Parts: sequence; structure tokens; C-alpha cells
Amino acid sequence: MQDLGADGIAAVLRLSDRFVEVAQRAIPKVPALRGRTVATLFSETSTRTRLSFETAARRLSADVVSFSPTGSSIAKGESLRDTVETVAAMGVDCFVVRHACAGVPAQVAGWTGASVVNAGDGWHEHPTQALLDCATIRQVLAERDGRRAEDTGTEAFAGLRVTIVGDVAHSRVARSDVHALAALGASVTLVAPGSLLPPSLAGWPVAAATSDLDAVLPDTDVCYLLRLQTERGAGAFVPSLREYTAGFGLTARRADRLPEHAVILHPGPMVRGVEIAAEVADLPRTAVLRQVANGVAVRMAVLFLLLGAEEVPADA
Amino acid sequence: MAERERKLTPPRGGAFVPRVQVLSAADVHRALTRIAHEIVERNRGLEDVVVIGLQTGGVPLAYRIGQILGEMHGGAHVPVGTLDVAFYRDDIGIRPVLPQAATEIPGDLAGSVVVLVDDVLFTGRTIRAALNALSDFGRARSVQLAVMVDRGHRELPIRPDYVGKNLPTRFDEQVDVSLEGVVLGDVVPR
Repeated sequence: MQDLGADGIAAVLRLSDRFVEVAQRAIPKVPALRGRTVATLFSETSTRTRLSFETAARRLSADVVSFSPTGSSIAKGESLRDTVETVAAMGVDCFVVRHACAGVPAQVAGWTGASVVNAGDGWHEHPTQALLDCATIRQVLAERDGRRAEDTGTEAFAGLRVTIVGDVAHSRVARSDVHALAALGASVTLVAPGSLLPPSLAGWPVAAATSDLDAVLPDTDVCYLLRLQTERGAGAFVPSLREYTAGFGLTARRADRLPEHAVILHPGPMVRGVEIAAEVADLPRTAVLRQVANGVAVRMAVLFLLLGAEEVPADA
Repeated sequence: MAERERKLTPPRGGAFVPRVQVLSAADVHRALTRIAHEIVERNRGLEDVVVIGLQTGGVPLAYRIGQILGEMHGGAHVPVGTLDVAFYRDDIGIRPVLPQAATEIPGDLAGSVVVLVDDVLFTGRTIRAALNALSDFGRARSVQLAVMVDRGHRELPIRPDYVGKNLPTRFDEQVDVSLEGVVLGDVVPR
């Protein structure tokens, strides 16, 4: 996410506007990547990210092959590298990789000449999530001003107060979002119990980190909730889910403390009753489903940039 | 997509150096007025006519044609839309292709008479892409093509219905079209 920079993010957002429009057509499909093959390699459970990438690829008319470690040769003892090289030999143009270990997508990129998209690696990064969050925030900000998102740049992010609440330490989403939002000029505050904040804020371009959610809420434009990553052991860092909810869950009472214009985001999957109360999850200002819709458009933009726009022969 | 921008897209790009002014702003306006009259003549009126400008060069021309058509028919509203064909091009992966601007099609095109408007007709590949794109917005009753300049060098069996100016060119020349006029020039590598 850091490599992309503010200009790169703005370029992806501009391109994804085009795909938001494509999604609204009677036939939401364009032939841009006809004949290309995208392989999704997900070694962690995922519904939305995988479906989102597959939908994005199909809407660009690319073919999609997918595999997961269970029910594939990895279960028979083949190394990841051999699997990747085997699939690449079948003629795959792009790998979409999710893995429980940080750095796997970068490593896969070294093994194959195909493009590789990181769809989440361990605690490290989840760049397309950060991009779709930026797209959603930009859309909401534009609409608040009565404008269309495609007529705006990323200038509205300057000084935007974003509060990221929850399991920051184990969250690749938080890491990518912090870098993306900071690059665009937003001021990010992390809120979590001390045990779930990163051990050191070195390398985190954030304005502040605190454990007092109630104090921060009135000064929040975007409230970003994170799921407690119990599969990464986050449950051991809090005394109990009840206690976590009491201190850090966005209850209806807390949601009322947010300014009227504030928007609530969540990367999903939401656990209602823990980090977000059920009635808050259904508020109109909660843009979770919009995030999902934008996810397809943003991933179409990413795939198109990798497979369609940038491949230029040396002599052209 | 405007031909000029296509050529100016890095890494192939260069600077456009104008050589001859072929049409003045008044000439362009007269040509668009004639094209508008021809559209009415050919279609015996304006029923079901939708004018669609190709991004980016055709868009100002399309809006001007729509305006002239409206004035001819006592302020009738002629729907005008825009279309970016980037995702339908056949040279994706051969050269950098990026959408330039928005696609806005007014309503469903099923049963309508679509007049595509572009600035320069060259190889015909943009129009091929546009025809494919249009079919995703509904089955138009007919599709007609209006261009400001037909410069030859077709690579596909495509022919315009309305032409502002036939302009024989060398393949490597460059035609710049705007409402301010038509200029023939060259692209000089930077």
C-alpha cells in the first residue's frame, strides 16, 4: 500500500468510477480482458474477497480458475511453489493470493511471471480492501456535498478524521487502511484496548492511539470498526467478548455520540453484538454494503490495470 | 477516444505540431449544421434519434449537433449521451488503454436510432469497439455514424453516414479536431 502513494490511489479510484458505471448497465460486463485467465489462490477462508475478485474478473470477461488448499494438491504435500508453478504453466495471467503468512504474495510474484494481487497476507496488508474503503469514503464525501464521486479527486481526504476501532494489532485491514488514508492526508486515530494496539507505533502514520473510544467519537468523521480476529488469537488479549463490547463495541448509545454526518464502515465479516450492535449495523449511515459493491469495481480496476492497461511491448 | 490523445499517450507519445489549418471554427459550425440537417433528412424527423459522442473527441461535437437539432425543431429535446469504448478495444495489451471519461447513455437504446459522433474516422477500430459497446445498452433500431473528418486508412469495413470533411492524409500525420477548427499536423517524438 505504501508503494502506491497518493497519486496511485487517486488513479485507481478514478478508474474504478468507470467500473461503478459499468455495474449499473443492463449488461454489467465488458470484454476488456477476454482470453485472460485469473487464478484465485486462497489458503484462508474468505467469502467476500474471493467472490468479489471472481465477480470482478468475470465482469471483465476474464476466465477464473480457483483453488484452495483443501481438496487440492497442497493437501497431498505439494509445496506452494510447485503448485503455483504448475498452475502458471497452464497459462494463468494473474494470481490473486490470500495466505495466512505475511509476504507470501510477494514471494509468489517472484516465482511466476504472471501478475500477483495480494488479497490479504497474514497480519500484513490487504491493499484492495484499503482501496475500496477509500473509494467508499470518497463516494460518501462527494454525495454529502451534492456532487458525484467521479467529479471529485481525493482532496476531501485532507484533514478527514478517521477513527479505527478494534483489533488493530492483528488486522491487515487496519495496516493497509492507515497507510492509504495517511497518504491521502487523513488524520487517523487508533482505538483499541492496550493489548490489541500494535506494540510500537513506529511505522504507523497515525495521529494518535488511545483506549478511550467515547472521548474520540464526537471528533470522528469516519468510524471504521474491525472484527476481533479470534482466529489469530485475539480472544486471548481481552478478558471476554462481553467486556470488549462494553469498552469498544459500537452500541446504539455510542453511535449517537458520533457527529450527524459521520459514516460507519466495517470490512466484514461483521459480528453483530460484539464490535457493532445489530441496530447500528442497519443504520443508513452504515456503508458496509456499499463497501462490498465498491469492492467489485475497485478490483475490476486493479485487474484491468495489471492485465489490460500496462502491458506495452518494448517497440510500441 | 480522440485520435490525438491516443497518439500522445506515453510511451509512444510526442508533441503535436500543427501545420495547416484545414477548417476554421465557422467551417466546423457550418459542417455540423449540415450534418444535423442530413440527420433529419435521412430519418424523416427526429423520432427515436439519440446522439452519442465518443469520448473524448466526439463529445463536444455531439452536444453541438444535439443543440442544433433542438433549435431546428423549435427547442425539441434531443437526447445526447457519451460513450467511452476503452474496455471494448481490440488493442488492450498491445498499447496502454485507459478510459478517458464517463459513459452516460440516456435510457435504454432498444428501438432507438443512434447517431454515433466522433471527431476523426481513421482505422475504424474505435467505431468497431463502439458498436460492440452499444449492443450492451440495448438493441438499437439502427446505428449511424457522423464524423467531422474522414482521413482514410480504414482497416475494417466501416463507412461514415455523415462526414464534415474528407481529408486525405499520410498514415503518420495527425488531425486535431475541436469546435475551434480542424488542424493537420505531425507528432514529433519528444
